[in-house]
Amino acid sequence: MKLLVTLKRTPQRDARIRISEAGDSLDLDNVQFEVNPFDELAVEEALRIREAGAEVEVVVVTVGGEECQQQLISALAMGADRAVRVEPSGQSLDSLRVAGALVAVARREEPDLVLAGKLAVDDECGQVPAMMAGLLGWPQANQASSVELSEDASSLRVVCEVDAGLETVTLALPAVVMADLRLNEPRYASLPGIMKAKKKPVEVLALDELGDAGSTRSRVTGFRALEEKSPGVRIDTAEELVRALEERKLV
Amino acid sequence: MTDTLVVIQAAAAELSKSDLSAAGFGSQAASAAGGVFDILLLGPMASSLSSTAAGLGARTVFTMSSGELEAYTAEAYASAVEAFLEGRSWRLVAAATSSSTKEYFPRLAALLDVPMASDVLKIESSDSQRVVFTRAVFVGNLLATVELEAPRALVTCRASEFEPPAAAAEPSTIQEVEAPSGLAHPGKSFVGIEAASSDRPDLKEADIIVSVGRGTRGPGEGIPLCEKLADTLGAALGATRAVVDAGWMANEFQIGQTGKIVAPEVYIAIGLSGSIQHLAGMRNSKTIVAINTDPEAPIFDVADFGLVADLFDAVPELTAVLEKRGG
Ligand SMILES: Cc1cc2nc3c(=O)[nH]c(=O)nc-3n(C[C@H](O)[C@H](O)[C@H](O)COP(=O)(O)OP(=O)(O)OC[C@H]3O[C@@H](n4cnc5c(N)ncnc54)[C@H](O)[C@@H]3O)c2cc1C
Repeated sequence: MKLLVTLKRTPQRDARIRISEAGDSLDLDNVQFEVNPFDELAVEEALRIREAGAEVEVVVVTVGGEECQQQLISALAMGADRAVRVEPSGQSLDSLRVAGALVAVARREEPDLVLAGKLAVDDECGQVPAMMAGLLGWPQANQASSVELSEDASSLRVVCEVDAGLETVTLALPAVVMADLRLNEPRYASLPGIMKAKKKPVEVLALDELGDAGSTRSRVTGFRALEEKSPGVRIDTAEELVRALEERKLV
Repeated sequence: MTDTLVVIQAAAAELSKSDLSAAGFGSQAASAAGGVFDILLLGPMASSLSSTAAGLGARTVFTMSSGELEAYTAEAYASAVEAFLEGRSWRLVAAATSSSTKEYFPRLAALLDVPMASDVLKIESSDSQRVVFTRAVFVGNLLATVELEAPRALVTCRASEFEPPAAAAEPSTIQEVEAPSGLAHPGKSFVGIEAASSDRPDLKEADIIVSVGRGTRGPGEGIPLCEKLADTLGAALGATRAVVDAGWMANEFQIGQTGKIVAPEVYIAIGLSGSIQHLAGMRNSKTIVAINTDPEAPIFDVADFGLVADLFDAVPELTAVLEKRGG
């Protein structure tokens, strides 16, 4: 069985991101990066499926420049077997083109399952994995909080955190599953894991070689800070609070 | 090609606040583009909701339902919209952000090969060259302007940022559309849904939300005090991730980046610190009240009214004051 895990390099989860003076880009000079937290859950889930006894190869893939190498190595250090990086050669890609590139990798690798995070914490679009499912024509499950492989490894039972509660679905493989926060707790890479990761293969594929014929049709043209909120007032008692809310006709 | 289609999942007996906001978005998008908007009601309640939906200012309310659309699946819903659009002219297809549209809209974008903008807060412009939106990025800490190349695009909108449309002078035409067969994916089946039953208002519908954090120390301690406050106010109950992770409340109560995004009239944050991921889900609330023992807690940075106090004293006091004045 083969599992393909998609991942993205994103700024550290609590990093303060500043806008460039011109307002059209971000000042990321002093920002540390990591594997997108939701993708880390996807890597962890793949490793757990392997550890549950199935004969599994775990391949991680990202679309991005040289700078993403470190995040692939982090996933290899957690225990993934090998990595693929699609090099966009400086082109800026929208979600559909990223999904297209990942689908091209999926067609080469022919995985039984694609695991992804439900959201990237930078652009927060949450589009790529479901687009992959659409392009591949595979069934999908978003916001997974539990994933169970059938005994014959032909299907999955997935519990998803939806607005109304917990939804259970079954997916025949191949399929695409997106990890939510309560799916698992990702492990830290062990020291031997980190040593081994350095020797694991990382294949680099040029975007052009993958037959990408698309054009980028969605782009970010500017950033703004949130509107400053005027500082609130401190109050000392419950009575004072109720009075303040009454004055605003809120209760 | 200037028209907008608003897709509404017709699963409940009534249109929700989010559905009305989606229509409001449609109406704004229509005026921005100089076109009109239509509504597609998709699902088992499509026909019965159509007369209400016809009062929202759309040109036409289309209804589509079939056995394969009875229980929602992303695969069937994406294919249904794809089939509906076949041979029709449109610029934007829109829906309110929800756990369903997070799932099936990107799938639909791939099927149609059109770009998509997720969870937009504002329409900046729409013409034959491009549609431009504002949306939140980096855990809601920054606003980004995104440009999608027209002629066609998909968009989900954050319901709390769009008002329902003004009452329509004339009702929309209602038109039933036959759903093609073969919408469902043979590899996907819906097994069931488990929801915590509650008599309190829904988070996305409520005017007041009482939100509980780890500081409440759980169901045996502070949470019942917050529930009593919520009931006195007729408020919905919300929670932080820490509370849901601890198993104190079910996942559908979680507010934040990973949960629901809300913007009620009043948000009362009790014993929660105000992490950036939590703020991402509630910072646009009209009035924010915070009760926390730690004067440095970041929730106070966004609070209109801050009470530095022990919740175990302050919450019962607040409930008592409210009860005394008769709700
Ligand atoms: C990728 C990612 C996504 C996330 N998504 C979400 C999300 O969607 N929603 C979310 O909420 N979190 C989310 N989190 C988690 C978030 O980072 C915080 O861990 C979480 O919000 C903290 O919850 P809390 O405020 O209840 O707990 P804490 O941060 O522990 O705060 C408890 C507060 O209670 C106060 N307190 C303690 N005792 C009392 C008392 N007696 N009276 C009054 N006050 C008291 C303390 O001073 C403290 O401020 C996410 C994290 C990550 C990494």
